Amino acid sequence: MAEETAHEGTGKVLVSLEHAKKSFGDAPVLKDISLSVREGEVWGIIGPSGGGKSTLLRCCTLLETLDSGTLRYEDITVAEDNGAGHSVYADKATLAKARQRFGLVFQNFNLFPHYTVLQNIIDAPVSVQKVPKDEAIARAHELLEKMDLAGKEDYVPCDLSGGQQQRVAIARALAMRPDVLFFDEPTSALDPELTKGVLNVIRQLAEEKMTMVIVTHEMTFARDVADHIVFMDAGVVVEEGPAEQVIDHPQHERTRAFLANYGD
Amino acid sequence: MDFGTMLGLMGQGLMLTGQIFVVTLVGALPLGVLVALARMSRFKPLAVIATLYISILRGTPLMLQLMALMFGPYYLFGAQMGADWKFWACDIGFILNYAAYFAEIYRSGIQSIPRGQYEAAQVLGYTRAQTFMKIVLPQVVKRILPAMGNEIITLVKDTSLAFVLGIMEMFTRAQAIAASQVSLVPYAIAAAIYWVCCLIIEFILNRVEKKLDYYHD
Repeated sequence: MAEETAHEGTGKVLVSLEHAKKSFGDAPVLKDISLSVREGEVWGIIGPSGGGKSTLLRCCTLLETLDSGTLRYEDITVAEDNGAGHSVYADKATLAKARQRFGLVFQNFNLFPHYTVLQNIIDAPVSVQKVPKDEAIARAHELLEKMDLAGKEDYVPCDLSGGQQQRVAIARALAMRPDVLFFDEPTSALDPELTKGVLNVIRQLAEEKMTMVIVTHEMTFARDVADHIVFMDAGVVVEEGPAEQVIDHPQHERTRAFLANYGD
Repeated sequence: MDFGTMLGLMGQGLMLTGQIFVVTLVGALPLGVLVALARMSRFKPLAVIATLYISILRGTPLMLQLMALMFGPYYLFGAQMGADWKFWACDIGFILNYAAYFAEIYRSGIQSIPRGQYEAAQVLGYTRAQTFMKIVLPQVVKRILPAMGNEIITLVKDTSLAFVLGIMEMFTRAQAIAASQVSLVPYAIAAAIYWVCCLIIEFILNRVEKKLDYYHD
């Protein structure tokens, strides 16, 4: 798990993205985005829908490919700009290695419906990472305990609430022992009550210095939990900085206008 | 000829009927997966060939396909096939034909699996083969079971087409007895046997469906 607390801004860089560009057809979605996430940091990515937040996350998690730019996971170069404005991706084996560095929690959970909660959590560690089964099971129990889901091992996802499913999805991601965990609007499919449970779990992970990048529309949560906030709109980073600064004292008109919708 | 004798003679053909049925399933169920995957392949020539295969095998009568396999080797190549060839022709014909239908059912099932399932598997590091075998296929089985049931039941009755190759399966015998005895009773017996077989299959399919009912999505 996470090392002893690294001082902010001094931990090693786990993920770095440089000059990332991505278009769908003629429509640019990411226009020159750079970020570098250090060990123990929590990043919040906010902004209007269609602003490129999800695409950014999908590029970082290799679900989409960059048109140009460089993506690194610590010592692993996933994609490198070839100098002519095109990203060249590493070979299959390197990509597979990189995938072991991160986890992703989806908006719609994407649990495997035919697997029980336990199978959902242990199958990837066992069949991908070749972790001994009893070890994986012990770890799963531990994670479920932490997710406040002890005793739900033999349930199938459809017997759980959305909030419980999302917490299983978080456990499934953590079971792979990723260096960094990405969240793509983890509570957007949940009602406020269920949202709370999921956010509490993420808060707890933040306290344990889990490195996380969270795309969210929960502003209060983002301000509380994130060290660093990125406000994205129309494929560019409009504003970024320490959470309180960006959310409480936004400098840009566009950020202000967006945050004005969240007066609580 | 009394009823018992008729039933006995037809019963002897039931082995062959059952054999055609089982061989077809054993061959066509996996072959259908391959055809479906080829049909969905990003490698265009393969997809075109699979599409053409499905189109021809679904677009021409099974009876005609059986006869083409039976007599094709001789008329096309002058090849003298042995006395056993009709059994081979029958099994190959049924397998090729049913694989085409199964392929389209598999395809409908595979394409109904949400993209998020593939993405979750990819992020967790599953290989493409693992994703298909562990995540996609089990969910596909549940989704296509009713459609497959239809085809399997059709297959029970289609085995009677082996008649055109002179294979002495149950229905061929029924016809022979009906002709020689000038009686409709063999047909009635045949109908009853087919129906009972289908009842058994319906029962089994229901059990399987119930077993897979432990989850929904």
